[in-house]
Amino acid sequence: MGEGRFGAGAGHPPAGRSSFVTGALNSRSGKLQVHMSAGHTVEMDALFGDYPLDQAFDEMREANGDLRPHYRALAETLARLPQDELQRRKQSADLSFLTQGITFTVYGRDEGTERIFPYDLLPRLITGQEWDRIERGLTQRITALNLFLRDVYSDAKILNDRVIPRELVYSCKHYRRQMRGLQVPRNVYIAVVGSDLLRLNTGEFVVLEDNLRVPSGVSYMLTNRRVMKRTFPQLFHSYGVRPIEHYPQVLLATLRSLAPEGRPEPNIVLLTPGVFNSAYFEHTYLARQMGIDLVEGRDLVTHDNIVYMRTTDGLKRVDVIYRRVDDDFSDPLIFRSDSSLGCGGLFNAYRAGNVTVTNAFGTGLADDKAVYAYVPDMIRYYLNEDAILPNVKTFLLGEEKQRKHVLANLDKLVVKAVGESGGYGMLIGPQSTASQREEFARQIEANPRNYIAQPTLDFSRAPCLIGNRLEPRHVDLRPYVLCGDSVNIVPGGLTRVALEKGSLVVNSSQGGGSKDTWILE
Amino acid sequence: MLSRVADSLYWMSRYLERAENTVRQLDVTMSLMLDTGGASAETRWERLMASLGKPDGVKWDGDMESTARALVFDSTNHISVTYCLNGARENARQVREEISSEQWQRLNRLFHHMHSPHAQAQFHSNINDSLAGVVDGIHLFKGVSDTTMIHGQGWQFIRLGRYLERAYATATLLEIYQPDLFQEQERDHSGYQYLELVGLLRCCTSFEAYCQVYTADLSPDRILEFLLLNRDFPHAIRYCVDGIRDSIDSIQRTGGRRSPDELTAVIGRLHAMLGYTTVGEILAGDAAAFLHTIREQCMRIHDLIYRYYVHYSIQSALAA
Repeated sequence: MGEGRFGAGAGHPPAGRSSFVTGALNSRSGKLQVHMSAGHTVEMDALFGDYPLDQAFDEMREANGDLRPHYRALAETLARLPQDELQRRKQSADLSFLTQGITFTVYGRDEGTERIFPYDLLPRLITGQEWDRIERGLTQRITALNLFLRDVYSDAKILNDRVIPRELVYSCKHYRRQMRGLQVPRNVYIAVVGSDLLRLNTGEFVVLEDNLRVPSGVSYMLTNRRVMKRTFPQLFHSYGVRPIEHYPQVLLATLRSLAPEGRPEPNIVLLTPGVFNSAYFEHTYLARQMGIDLVEGRDLVTHDNIVYMRTTDGLKRVDVIYRRVDDDFSDPLIFRSDSSLGCGGLFNAYRAGNVTVTNAFGTGLADDKAVYAYVPDMIRYYLNEDAILPNVKTFLLGEEKQRKHVLANLDKLVVKAVGESGGYGMLIGPQSTASQREEFARQIEANPRNYIAQPTLDFSRAPCLIGNRLEPRHVDLRPYVLCGDSVNIVPGGLTRVALEKGSLVVNSSQGGGSKDTWILE
Repeated sequence: MLSRVADSLYWMSRYLERAENTVRQLDVTMSLMLDTGGASAETRWERLMASLGKPDGVKWDGDMESTARALVFDSTNHISVTYCLNGARENARQVREEISSEQWQRLNRLFHHMHSPHAQAQFHSNINDSLAGVVDGIHLFKGVSDTTMIHGQGWQFIRLGRYLERAYATATLLEIYQPDLFQEQERDHSGYQYLELVGLLRCCTSFEAYCQVYTADLSPDRILEFLLLNRDFPHAIRYCVDGIRDSIDSIQRTGGRRSPDELTAVIGRLHAMLGYTTVGEILAGDAAAFLHTIREQCMRIHDLIYRYYVHYSIQSALAA
């Protein structure tokens, strides 16, 4: 990230930014000033107020309070805007989300009110250099995870070699014995991943968890970008942001590459649980962007191990299913028999190789939070490399020594149920009450395999627009990885924000929001 | 196209047409009530309710505004404008990927408008503007539907819904008005009768179109002829039936492995009935029965559309 790039924004007022923009913090008063070329000094007080810095990594400011170089143009643009302008742009962006129907439904007594997905107006900036490392790390990781799933569902070498404890794998509730010995197209079990990354106070990115079942949120990444391009057009242009808009096309190519043999023009569909699913907007969005049919379980029928969909022209064969329905609900004949979301006979058609279903069934095994602890070992075992993106230190509660340590330090640690996602089944030690800790301790003793513990992470914060001011909020990063013939990652991802002051929970189901992520050239 | 999607598009379109019909009839009824002569407010209200299919729950309580408000905003009432718009949007939401973003945004805007406090306030301060705003919203939706959507099967199912709903509503309206219309009476020069007839035409947005064909000389038999048998006016029943026939033809051309013989037969008969009958013959016979037959045939067409395109059995489809 050279300084020169800000100056390159010729034609955008004012010219030659980098030469006259310097951020300096008067550490006593907390005042941040930007010096302009004509000798003007814009007080950023009104905007920044008391912008606290502490141990956590701040995405915008260095530890001494200086603006990081790649954030200067953003800070300057904000300081330059008239007071109401930022609010006006916020309202216009709100309206844009609302009329596009980018909402989620809050169900209550009435017919359900719709809220727009909470988002923050300010982009999160990541330098190209930082991104390149993330990209290499994620590619390495998905490659190893696919090899792991193939291995576990066939020869189980990694278990025989005692790299990963056998009982850990076979006791995982997402392990699907139906997948044993099944030939998966191109050996790709996981085609779509959304891994959650955090940046620690060293500035280093680590992987918090891999979402290998039905990761969601990519539509917010795409729509955030569209709205942001309209909200800050000149700023966007002057930054030189890497594009992400081709994601649906890459996804389609990925799905196509996984079609069964002998189906040169595969009929690809997206299987959704239906309109009441919280990610339904995303399903419709992706189907439309890819130009494929969005089907529900009731649209599908199977006959002689072939999957068809009901159309106005009769039955039409289906070749590839991008599945957004959980394993359990996909086929009532094989998995949960009380499910009406799936299609009876789907699994057998899949087993017969007549249809590709992706992600494959049973991939949740590899994002079990206890199995997660072994991912660096898998990378070493299969690829003979060290993990580029480290894991978060994880205590396995099935092991007595570690369990004792955790139970003695519950107030300092975060405890999570291994098979849950979305921020459910979680204890955040420092923010918990004694009775909550007791409750968790009891549950851990009763079923230690079901829990892991991690240190409470002081992960990074990025500036957010709160009212009329900038305040730092904790953020994570979920890039979206696609794996077909090759691994593809569009440069960006969903930055999720814990919009509550001091909160560490970024999940949208628990008061989190999102912001656009700009990967700079 | 997926059967479920066709189903949703069809109903989205029917709900919108129904909302527009409710708005127009309400608007006409309220404006007729301003004139003191002619039928009583209660009679007019009865007639309005009958032509909207006698919904439960909406009662004439002597206060125009509160009753009208129920007809517009009461979402528990099946012909209220809000109920219909909710239904249209819910169907659209289930096929977001099939309609254009412009269509969705248009419909969504109208939906959010109807649920905003602003809509209530506007209704209170100026009912006419408020109703006109709804019709505008629906017209805009139809406009973007025609200009931003591929005119493939989905669009044809939208047309099917629109014309079937409209033909049915017009036939109902004529059936309700028809006894009063042809009562032997002295030609009345007070102007009230004229207002009644204009009202009937305006219920189908057809006053100006009628004048272009027949001049402003309004007579019941010509009105009946115009609304039933005109081949060029989009709210005339014959025009709607022709539209239904075209859409089914087009759906068959673009896919249609199985030919829907029974469906085309029913539509063909209805088409012939409207194409080769004069208004004189209808009036000489039983006009009420004629109108009733049209309604029955519309319901039959609906059932057959479902049987051929949506709820067919898997065995029959595999055999085809």
